[in-house]
Amino acid sequence: MSLVFDIALCALILGVAAMALLGRGLFASLAFFIVYGLLIALAWLSLNAIDVALAEAAIGAGVTGVLLIGAWQALNAQSALDPDPVAHWITRVFAGLGCLAIGGLLALAILAMPGGTGLTTEVIDTQGQLDLGNSVTAVLLGFRAYDTLLESIVLLAALVAVWSLTPQGLWGGIPGPRHRTRPDGVMASFGRLLPPAGLIAGVYLVWAGSDAPGGAFQAGTVLAAAWILAVLAGLQDEPEVTSPLLRAALLIGPALFLLVGAVGAGFGGFLAYPEGFEKPVILAIEYALALSIAATLALLVAGPPRRPGGAR
Amino acid sequence: MTLIEILASACLAVGVFFFFAGTVGLLRFPDVHSRLHALTKADNLGLAFIVLGAGIHFGDVMIAAKLALVWFLAVFAAGAAAQLVARAALRTGDEP
Repeated sequence: MSLVFDIALCALILGVAAMALLGRGLFASLAFFIVYGLLIALAWLSLNAIDVALAEAAIGAGVTGVLLIGAWQALNAQSALDPDPVAHWITRVFAGLGCLAIGGLLALAILAMPGGTGLTTEVIDTQGQLDLGNSVTAVLLGFRAYDTLLESIVLLAALVAVWSLTPQGLWGGIPGPRHRTRPDGVMASFGRLLPPAGLIAGVYLVWAGSDAPGGAFQAGTVLAAAWILAVLAGLQDEPEVTSPLLRAALLIGPALFLLVGAVGAGFGGFLAYPEGFEKPVILAIEYALALSIAATLALLVAGPPRRPGGAR
Repeated sequence: MTLIEILASACLAVGVFFFFAGTVGLLRFPDVHSRLHALTKADNLGLAFIVLGAGIHFGDVMIAAKLALVWFLAVFAAGAAAQLVARAALRTGDEP
């Protein structure tokens, strides 16, 4: 894209970041943070990193934004919001110095990198062995599969942490409040029209992910959004946290990934894919991961159980 | 400049004008309901013209259809969100 566009985008990103940090109201800061995520997604798009742009828009701006607003709402409901959240100037000076140090070190590391292309040629030369057309998927599930495995487990650990905040006596209950809407109202119609489109988009993203931009994380986020919308519209309640079906959906991705990794130990190393079957195995992991990520993100947004289960 | 380019640029300019009008309305109107009115109506029209301009610029039916789908989903989401915000504002006592 043109230089003028890039410069304008950089200026907008810096401006919005400043507004998110310097704004006095916490809610306004959250709104600016979400806009910041969308602008960063545009920046990735401008760098032709479409996979990263999709992930940033869906997870960085979308899910993180919803989680932050949910946290703000919960604090506000308990009147636990700090009315004057500006820290002491000494704290701010140290935070600023820390950011400068990290930013400076990162800049030094990037400027010290040899060559301009990094590992791009190596990846493109070897991704044919995995029979994958999308280099990003080849890196995420082939060459750096260990990182992706740990990422999916981190998500699961975050959900376990949220569930560990369940109030006494509500274990096995249903997360989040029961959403009631008028059956012919705007929210109910919205919740009926959008999830089918979201389902198609989510399945397409994971299906296309092996050869085109897309993949388990982007698809999982879109599927989670469809799930959250159906719950918000009051059309479908969240499942009980002890539901075996829910547990299976949460675990299938990381469990299959771990199983493949363990089996791979017999083929020459942890996470070594069996020769000749790389693509089907990677696809199976992608599909299972998309389902698990969708369930995990949707339940992270719903929060810990707040109502007893069984009584519908 | 070909006729196609002129047409695409004109559509983009009209789109930007509607976005500008919507933003002025958001900043200048006195209460939540009239601000919503300015935002949703003007911005959806602005997006429509920008989508139209981009569709003409690319000159490809598939791209134009995808852009039209984006516009449809955006209009639908904006309309639903505006209704919800308006109702929430009514409940907190902000008279239209």
